[in-house]
Amino acid sequence: MGYGADPVAVLELIEAHAEKGAIVLLGNHDAAARGDDVRGLNAQASVAIAWTRRQLRKRQQVFLRSLPLSVREGDRLFVHASAAVPERWTYVTGPRQAALSIEAADAAVVFCGHVHDQRLYFMSGAGRAMPFRPTPSTPVPMGRQHRWLAIVGSAGQPRDRNAAAAYALADLERERITFFRVGYDFEAAAQKIRRAGLPERLARRLERGM
Amino acid sequence: MVKPQPGAEIDGFRLGDCLHVGSMASIFRLVGSDGELPLVMKIPLLGAGERSANVVSFEQCRTVLGALAQSPHHPTLVAYGDVETTPYLVMEHVAGTRLDEWTKRAPLAAADVARLGHSLALALHEIHRQDVAHLDLKATNILYRNDGTATLVDFGVSCHRHLPDLLAVEFHTPVGNWVTMAPEQIVGERCDPRSDLYALGVLLYELATGKRPFGTPTTVAQLRKRLYALPGPPRALVSGVPPWLQEVILRLLEIDAAKRYQSAAQVAFDLANPGQVAIGARGEQRTPAGALKRLVRRLSARHFAPPPPPPPVNALTPRPVIVVAIAPEETGEPFFEALRAAVRRRASPDLRSRIACISVVPPAATLADDTPTGRHIKQLVSLRRWAKPLGLPEECVTYHVLESNEPVTALLDYAAVNEVEEILLGAGSDAAQVAAKAPCTVTVVRPSAAS
Repeated sequence: MGYGADPVAVLELIEAHAEKGAIVLLGNHDAAARGDDVRGLNAQASVAIAWTRRQLRKRQQVFLRSLPLSVREGDRLFVHASAAVPERWTYVTGPRQAALSIEAADAAVVFCGHVHDQRLYFMSGAGRAMPFRPTPSTPVPMGRQHRWLAIVGSAGQPRDRNAAAAYALADLERERITFFRVGYDFEAAAQKIRRAGLPERLARRLERGM
Repeated sequence: MVKPQPGAEIDGFRLGDCLHVGSMASIFRLVGSDGELPLVMKIPLLGAGERSANVVSFEQCRTVLGALAQSPHHPTLVAYGDVETTPYLVMEHVAGTRLDEWTKRAPLAAADVARLGHSLALALHEIHRQDVAHLDLKATNILYRNDGTATLVDFGVSCHRHLPDLLAVEFHTPVGNWVTMAPEQIVGERCDPRSDLYALGVLLYELATGKRPFGTPTTVAQLRKRLYALPGPPRALVSGVPPWLQEVILRLLEIDAAKRYQSAAQVAFDLANPGQVAIGARGEQRTPAGALKRLVRRLSARHFAPPPPPPPVNALTPRPVIVVAIAPEETGEPFFEALRAAVRRRASPDLRSRIACISVVPPAATLADDTPTGRHIKQLVSLRRWAKPLGLPEECVTYHVLESNEPVTALLDYAAVNEVEEILLGAGSDAAQVAAKAPCTVTVVRPSAAS
């Protein structure tokens, strides 16, 4: 959404999951696409958003308007950006922002995105958020004596020179999280972006992972 | 939580005798209806004031033990309790002798020091190749099973490169054992497996001399002495310590981690092959360094910064042992050159490969005409001649002439015992058999068509 050439197909897929009970959150690109005034988008993003808005039909506009900024489920909080003030779309780019988000969330675990690289933070006894760069496919215990913040990574907009899509699976019963990277046909996705006349850089980014 | 005492039941486990009460935890034997089980329960002490550090250390121990692949070199984790309500770990009971039984009797003979050190180095290699550093080695944390295998216990301070380091910020003073602690640990580096090699050096030093290289520090200032001081040579304390053992120990005790052995497998290799240790000034040294040298080191230590830890192992074994097998009948220079080219590609400085050049000759008794030693030496000389053009540093290359009527078996045994990463050999009659049965990669080298 707002990067790729398939916003309608993506939204149809997500809506189907939402109907089955999936938690779906509003991101800053989604907010822009539904017409909210979102600050901080660069020129290319604005071009892509304008194009995206033209693709969306009434049904998708309605779906986007239904999305919440955050969802609380038990002692877990799901939010796109920092939990501190979700509508400000603050990036959790380091320990300081992570600590602010964890403090504001009042939850055992915060799951978020916005930042595209996978990271796991935990609050130390000294009140500092400690960053950890997860190794893909390696389960990481999330013990209850710490509070955690997991940036699960983005599906299709990597920033670490690895074209693979990112996701994470949390096992609530066994209290652990596993981060994954999975390959997909990014060349086809890039071709579609070019054919749609979207900025070239959006296509190249998928290919280079940067 | 139920007060832990013999007879009490915790989460369905019944406690037997108390085996150990320490400052951090107590350990109980577990019993079933038919008597003792081969299991122990470790229960952390969580009184007021000790909560934070002990809980974190307990959690780290559970996490790392749970992530390690099963091996005889650490106890198997069977079950654990909720850290909030009933914290405990149920683990395999390791029957064996603690290393402190031997340190009590130190100084030991060089062969005993090498045997204990060799087992311990293999245990360290096992956890290091899974990207775990123990960081709290001491004589009471090391057990030797009846078959001589070393088992490391208490992973409460350990670090796993693929899991968050829960201990990173919890402590203000250096965490670990102050007797064996490596210089880089003192300044807060917590993920370098070479820190365990320094601790191994401290333990071997004590076994060989009966003295600890830096005593038993009680203040941080005493602890920091090892940032600049090198220990006195073991041979100055016990004249019977052979130069090769001193070389191994002092190399493990280098202040700069980059100057130590770079893998536990290489230490195991040297302790198993004393004749192959390249003895330098370190090994021969009989007196401690002069006052001027010590002063220079002390001044430069004010800016002590540890070298960056090596990258995680992942799939690649660092500092691999690579075997070059040369059949005695092999003479062709084009083949020799192709073999050298293959070694050059594998001996890059950052890999720090160890090249073991091997020939297998028939046992002396089966030879009628040749004298055994003459034949042995002749082959050793040709191995050295082959390796000379490579210009490898002396500590990176070793030469072995094995005596056996079955060259394939001899080679495979060698590869298994020495954790060999790859075997390079010519396309002779044995190549297919070696390739089929080897526990590692086997590369058949041929001279290129152009040469």
